Amino acid sequence: MTATTMDTAVRTAEEPWGARPKRVTAGRVGLYAFLIISAIFFLIPVYVMVITSLKAMPEVLSSNILSLPQHPTVQPWIDAWLHACTGGDCSGLHPGFFNSVKITVPAVIVSIGISSLTGYALSFWNYRGAGFFFGLLVFGAFVPYQVVIYPIILGLRTVHLFSTLGGIIVVHTIFGMPVLVLLFRNFYAGLPIELFKASRVDGSNFWQTFFYIMLPMSVPITVVALILQVTGIWNDFLFGVIFAGRPNWPMTVQLQNIVHTTQGVPSYDINMAATIEAAAVPLIIYFVSGRWFVRGIAAGAVKG
Amino acid sequence: MAQVSVRDLDISFGALKVLQKLNVTADDGEFLVLLGPSGCGKSTLLNAIAGLLDINGGQIFIGGKNVTWEEPKDRGIGMVFQSYALYPQMSVEKNLSFGLQVAGVKRDEIAARVARASEILQIQPLLKRKPANLSGGQRQRVAIGRALVRDVDVFLFDEPLSNLDAKLRSDLRVEIKRLHQRLKNTMIYVTHDQIEAMTLADRIAIMRDGVIQQLADPHTIYNKPVNLFVAGFIGSPTMNFLDGKLSGSGFALGDTSVTLNGYEFSSSPAVETEAVLGVRPEHIFVGGDAEKMPFRVQSEIDLVEPMGSETVGWSKVGGQSIKFRTSSDIHLATGQKITLGFDPARGSVFDTASGKRL
Repeated sequence: MTATTMDTAVRTAEEPWGARPKRVTAGRVGLYAFLIISAIFFLIPVYVMVITSLKAMPEVLSSNILSLPQHPTVQPWIDAWLHACTGGDCSGLHPGFFNSVKITVPAVIVSIGISSLTGYALSFWNYRGAGFFFGLLVFGAFVPYQVVIYPIILGLRTVHLFSTLGGIIVVHTIFGMPVLVLLFRNFYAGLPIELFKASRVDGSNFWQTFFYIMLPMSVPITVVALILQVTGIWNDFLFGVIFAGRPNWPMTVQLQNIVHTTQGVPSYDINMAATIEAAAVPLIIYFVSGRWFVRGIAAGAVKG
Repeated sequence: MAQVSVRDLDISFGALKVLQKLNVTADDGEFLVLLGPSGCGKSTLLNAIAGLLDINGGQIFIGGKNVTWEEPKDRGIGMVFQSYALYPQMSVEKNLSFGLQVAGVKRDEIAARVARASEILQIQPLLKRKPANLSGGQRQRVAIGRALVRDVDVFLFDEPLSNLDAKLRSDLRVEIKRLHQRLKNTMIYVTHDQIEAMTLADRIAIMRDGVIQQLADPHTIYNKPVNLFVAGFIGSPTMNFLDGKLSGSGFALGDTSVTLNGYEFSSSPAVETEAVLGVRPEHIFVGGDAEKMPFRVQSEIDLVEPMGSETVGWSKVGGQSIKFRTSSDIHLATGQKITLGFDPARGSVFDTASGKRL
């Protein structure tokens, strides 16, 4: 008889051995019940939106709000995109979509570019007043938007940017900066200072160090900034309606106009389709890059 | 010629004065080691020489040129950091050539210099890899290569081996020494490891609280430490310190007296001065070897630490604890009666009050 078989024979069921068994406790059950109920609670509106947008108007009015469409159709989606009316203009949501693109793309690029550069300067180039300047910027994150809207209108009007595409881009850049600079500064502060010293010994200047050394290392935090900014700017309504000017109104403003322009019965099917179309871009961005988002936030948390 | 000379250097961080009126010179081709415990200002001094730190007062000369206000790149230095500081997104080859590209060196010149550096450091097979795919030792070799391609006269090392494991550290230590013998550059090397300092240095500057305690060759530092701090910092196991009093030509130690015949006093201290006699554990002999020594004492072994290559024994002299190193071939047992002997002329006598060598 070998030692191994003897061990097996002697071991009793009660004796702890190997990995600890996982037991189902009341706490676990409660936790999962809560998670599942929360998930259903938040998913029901999405479900209603999707199925309503796939029904024709007569069916919307006659059927139960939760029942699946009997005769599925994508006509509401097409109508919302091309034919929905805002006031007298019946060209649908698509001009708003392209306006949103025209606002979001430059605003995201400009705000991230300026913020990463500012964060880099604040963390590595220890110039006079850097701490004060950074404190001022972070303070900006706590200023309520509504308070400064009117002063900004006056300022933009003075430089002839009010009600222009350039104006709305400037506004988004300014309001994005506090959080983005904080993000980038903390990320750079977490990088080893020796990298910066090595690049100085190698003779690279302020810009070369930024573009060749620091920027290529900032991919994770740039993805975080990208998601924050795309989502924030795309979903923005207030700044868009105030600063962009009527020809540049973004999708959100147009959506609001479509939903509120009614003759007779509200076109619930078209409204739902239009809402989903307007929300699609941030949703797609999140699903495509969510993995990067979590990774970037984690990198910031560990190193910052 | 690349002599590095620091004159009256003052550095403070806010109210904290890290370095005050510090003077040190590394001669052309010299390997100077700055050694000291953490927080002694050795890295601060090195960063100041590199130009990576703003100084508050004083001057820095490299190769006879006043570089006090120069940018790091214009000082003719290459620097190796503890954390390697390789650019993670660049291949090894790009890491080596980056500084040269920034400086606008011609392409074939860059290729030639990279080839030469990678040949010297034997990193040719690694050139296409990214730093993340290198081991610690390989990374540090690339970091040295980055200093090498710059074709500079002065190399600055900031604890380059501290992040490596013990075996790699001793391997790379030898390589750095070879590199110095081959290139004959001026090298300034910061470390807190006394073995690195002793093995590599032409001269060691031992620092404490921003002040250079002793600047001398390793032999002098080891055998004639100028004060108690240096004596205690260098050597492992550490030097024995026996408290006593000077009495005529001897040293009164509890109930015994050690005659200091042959000891070279650097000053003539007053009789009855409170003093400390420092004796290195490796200068104390047991048994038959002890009989030949000028000073002998009967004692008993308290504790034995076998280390394989050698054995450290603990005993008492004049009521004070003393440790000694012997060959591991000599059998020692706790409680064993032994004769200990040493030559006081090889020891060091320090003033108890000032800690200075007498």
